[in-house]
Amino acid sequence: MSKIQVSTNINNESVEYLCEPHDTMLNVLRNQLDLTGSKESCGSGDCGSCSIILDGELVCSCLMLAAEAEGSKLETIEGMSEGGKLHALQQKFLEKAALQCGICTPGFLMASKALLDHNPTPTETEVRFWLAGNLCRCTGYDKIVKAVLEVADDMKESA
Amino acid sequence: MSETQYLAAKTIDEAVTAHSKANGSARFLAGGTDLLVQIKSGIKKPKLVIDIKKIVELNTIKEVSDNEFVVGASVSGANLNRNNKFTKLWPGVIEAFRLIGSEQIQGRASLGGNLCNGSPAGDSVPALIAAGCIAIIAGPDGKKEIPIENFHKGPGKTVLENGEMLVSLKFPKREINSSDAYLRMTPRTEMDIAVVGCGVNITLENNVCTAARVSLGAVAPTPLLIKDASDIMIGTDLNSDILDKVANLCIKACNPINDKRGTIDYRTKVAGVLLKRSVLIAIDRIKGN
Repeated sequence: MSKIQVSTNINNESVEYLCEPHDTMLNVLRNQLDLTGSKESCGSGDCGSCSIILDGELVCSCLMLAAEAEGSKLETIEGMSEGGKLHALQQKFLEKAALQCGICTPGFLMASKALLDHNPTPTETEVRFWLAGNLCRCTGYDKIVKAVLEVADDMKESA
Repeated sequence: MSETQYLAAKTIDEAVTAHSKANGSARFLAGGTDLLVQIKSGIKKPKLVIDIKKIVELNTIKEVSDNEFVVGASVSGANLNRNNKFTKLWPGVIEAFRLIGSEQIQGRASLGGNLCNGSPAGDSVPALIAAGCIAIIAGPDGKKEIPIENFHKGPGKTVLENGEMLVSLKFPKREINSSDAYLRMTPRTEMDIAVVGCGVNITLENNVCTAARVSLGAVAPTPLLIKDASDIMIGTDLNSDILDKVANLCIKACNPINDKRGTIDYRTKVAGVLLKRSVLIAIDRIKGN
């Protein structure tokens, strides 16, 4: 069976790859492109640990075929820091200990970034609803929610 | 899924022709939030997956005339939710659609997919039925239109024949003094499947109901338009006696199953409760409360 050639853009870099028709985006990110930050936990869109941003929308890369990325623009956790400097969300997650084992963290960070991209001044309820598609089994959610709210506050002050 | 082929169709004709040629072994891919899960778990084994998101008409929200919308079958929840005019005209449709899954799911899932998945418990479907929405379907013989209440034939089964594709959802021109609402009962508040879903859509003139549509989901093999319940609302002021009668007609229309989410008795009783509550919400919305 012939493979599909895909031209796309990942973290502001043009990327080309060959994939099988049934390959998920997550599979290609992790196993072909060595972008292993996105995690597979449930594989069915319930846990959010494979979250990426596709053309501005937060999506589960496990519920997307790699072939669908043709002509798109993807953001993954690997593109979040710039020039070795952590993104404000990454820095705050560290400061607030908003992670423990870390498996869910890339997904939470991508989801939080998508939230602040769409809504820079979310309420606590909005943060909790937005992050409801990301599951954490160790730290719990309070520290994560507080970290996101603090980043939003910091952004407001520096704006 | 190893034998599956992928086709990103550019036009409706290309998609419909490919589906038709595959003789029942092809599936249309919109957001994929149902289909890819079904393929991964082996429930569905299509030989061909036809991606329809690159067809412009399927991914477009169009206001064809003032207050009259046509929503492409693959438009995502996140996208539709950003259309301020649509969300203002159809708050019940939006609240039903937005109940489906997380933000990640909303980034992909579509009204068309929710409809074509054929679940009796699909949240957006009762809201679409209440809205009086029409499915525009393309097939080998051209386009046809079917009211949403006639779209489902049973759990997982729709009227779509081989080669037929849902193109868009046509909403009626929104009249003034009209609004809609959708409520569902789930054991959890979010990320769950409806035990009962209820959509209502009403028009009031000087506190008298001049148009009404009531729909229930998850209480029968298909989502239902409750015609008699809708009709007795018209010409009344929707007082509590009338709503009791409407609720009783909704209860009579229920033909649910017992399952882990709810019993027959529970589902039936809740249908009446949700009907009353959703009518009150729609009235409040019309009055701007």
